[in-house]
Amino acid sequence: MTAAAPTTLSRPGGLWVAFSNNRLSWVGLVLLAAIVLIAIFAPLIAPHDPLEQNIVSRLEPPSAEFWLGTDSYGRDVLSRLIYGSRISLVVGFLAILIAMSIGATVGILAGYIGGPFDQLVMGLLDVMLSFPTLLLGLMIAAMLGASLENLIIAIAITEIAPFARIARAPTISLKQRDFVEAGRALGFGPVRIMRVHILPNMISDVVVMGSLWMASAIRTEASLSFIGLGVPPPAATWGGMIREGFENILDAWWLAVFPSLAILLTVLALNLLGDALRDAIDPKLRAE
Amino acid sequence: MIGYAIRRLVLAIPTLFVMLTAIFVLVRLVPGDAASVILGDQASEASLRALRAKLGLDQPIYLQYLSFMGDVLRGNLGQSLSSGRSVIQEVLLVLPYTIELTLAAIAVGVGLGLPLGIAAAVGRNGWIDYAARLVSLIGLSFPAFVSGILMLIVFAIQLGWFPVLNSGDGGLGGGLRSLALPAFNLGIIMMAYVVRVTRASMLGVLSEDYIRTARAKGVRPVRLILRHALRNGLIPIITVIGLYFGTLIGNSVLTEIIFNRPGLGKLIFGALNSRDYTLLQGLMIIFAICVIVVNTLTDLAYGLVDPRVKYKS
Repeated sequence: MTAAAPTTLSRPGGLWVAFSNNRLSWVGLVLLAAIVLIAIFAPLIAPHDPLEQNIVSRLEPPSAEFWLGTDSYGRDVLSRLIYGSRISLVVGFLAILIAMSIGATVGILAGYIGGPFDQLVMGLLDVMLSFPTLLLGLMIAAMLGASLENLIIAIAITEIAPFARIARAPTISLKQRDFVEAGRALGFGPVRIMRVHILPNMISDVVVMGSLWMASAIRTEASLSFIGLGVPPPAATWGGMIREGFENILDAWWLAVFPSLAILLTVLALNLLGDALRDAIDPKLRAE
Repeated sequence: MIGYAIRRLVLAIPTLFVMLTAIFVLVRLVPGDAASVILGDQASEASLRALRAKLGLDQPIYLQYLSFMGDVLRGNLGQSLSSGRSVIQEVLLVLPYTIELTLAAIAVGVGLGLPLGIAAAVGRNGWIDYAARLVSLIGLSFPAFVSGILMLIVFAIQLGWFPVLNSGDGGLGGGLRSLALPAFNLGIIMMAYVVRVTRASMLGVLSEDYIRTARAKGVRPVRLILRHALRNGLIPIITVIGLYFGTLIGNSVLTEIIFNRPGLGKLIFGALNSRDYTLLQGLMIIFAICVIVVNTLTDLAYGLVDPRVKYKS
């Protein structure tokens, strides 16, 4: 029983070795770091103002002045792409942070309390899990109205269920361990036991899944922006840029291509990183 | 088996109940209320009141809930505000297109993904394995609309192999051509999932003792893999195909918009744009029912594939 318990960080050295031996994980890490740096230093890197319209030079193909061309308002595509990374990363990160906090809390409570409460919560989560993420996000965003906050809330809600499942399983085995029994015998309250004794032992699993699900959150953000439920214009979002490019696809096909590649690279980087982290904490795979 | 099937169907009822309740709550989460969302900011107080009365929003919440549930149970999902047709009619009008697209996508996804996943597991750490893993990783990273647009640019605009816009009819040839790109778009993303699960599942089965025994007694490789290993490796694969159905529906919304195909996704998009709130609510209910039906069928399919699955009471 003790051997099977999810003490994934009992050998942090092993985790790091497993992670850094995977060449693809480094590709993901470097790629993600580059995208984050671009987002942080967007005002320094962007050659033009992303919102500045120039009717004279609209729908221009890539050139020396506009490296990736201009959109139908004559705005510089490269600058909009650079600023667009901010919204994708902020929405993805905050949505996952919220989903992780709520999901982990629900999962720990369900696992710790057990019984009918656990069954009820898990039943509800199964229902949430079986509803398509994109449709759920679409409905919530449509009902709340398009804005940055609502977008984050909508995506966060769609991602709660997987985190609750990840947090619940280790809680059930942890609550029977001796150190938790000891805490109970010393008279610690359930909140303290859950926070101090159970949460730290599983937080790594939850965080690792977070990096995988952030890829999914960014995909959902881009999809909702494409449908028109994202951060409203004129703000630069990758999904919104693809939507504009799609409307001009016969005249200027490159407009849709560059933001598409940006989304693809970001999601790929997060998937590479998340896969490597998940393989690294899974002892079965590590042994191979 | 029949007893299990009945029990499984009975179990689906509370799930449906929870989903319907969730939809009821979700639709009433609208800031302000649905009437002001539908009519916009400039609506007069009188027209707001009239619409509220029409939608039953002026009644107490528990009465709204009861009449909502009663309507759904009687099969009445309401009327579209923009077309005046019933939601069921609207859905039946486009359902054949969505079924056609979904089946074609599953055929592409499973038809390509299953052999590739098996090949990757059999030639583990070889070049096929690396290629399959790379392909599936890239496939997993594509939002459906991004791959759709890139396909449209390459195959329809640059190469001119397929129509850019779906013209509607044009006989069997035209129909297949306008189905091919959307189906491949959905199918290739699905393939990424199928490859992953097939590879993992087959790797697990291939390392078991009975496979070594079969190999030792001289079972030929093709028969060994297809008959001895795949049969046992199929359960997780079926689960993923079943679970993927929801994602498939979500992705088909985006695909139908891009390839301008009629279907449930296009219907949702239209309902969103015209703020057709009753149609949206009806569509959510229909999706919820579809998801439950597919999940139930997936569970039932286990028994057909693996006779070891015993359905105890």
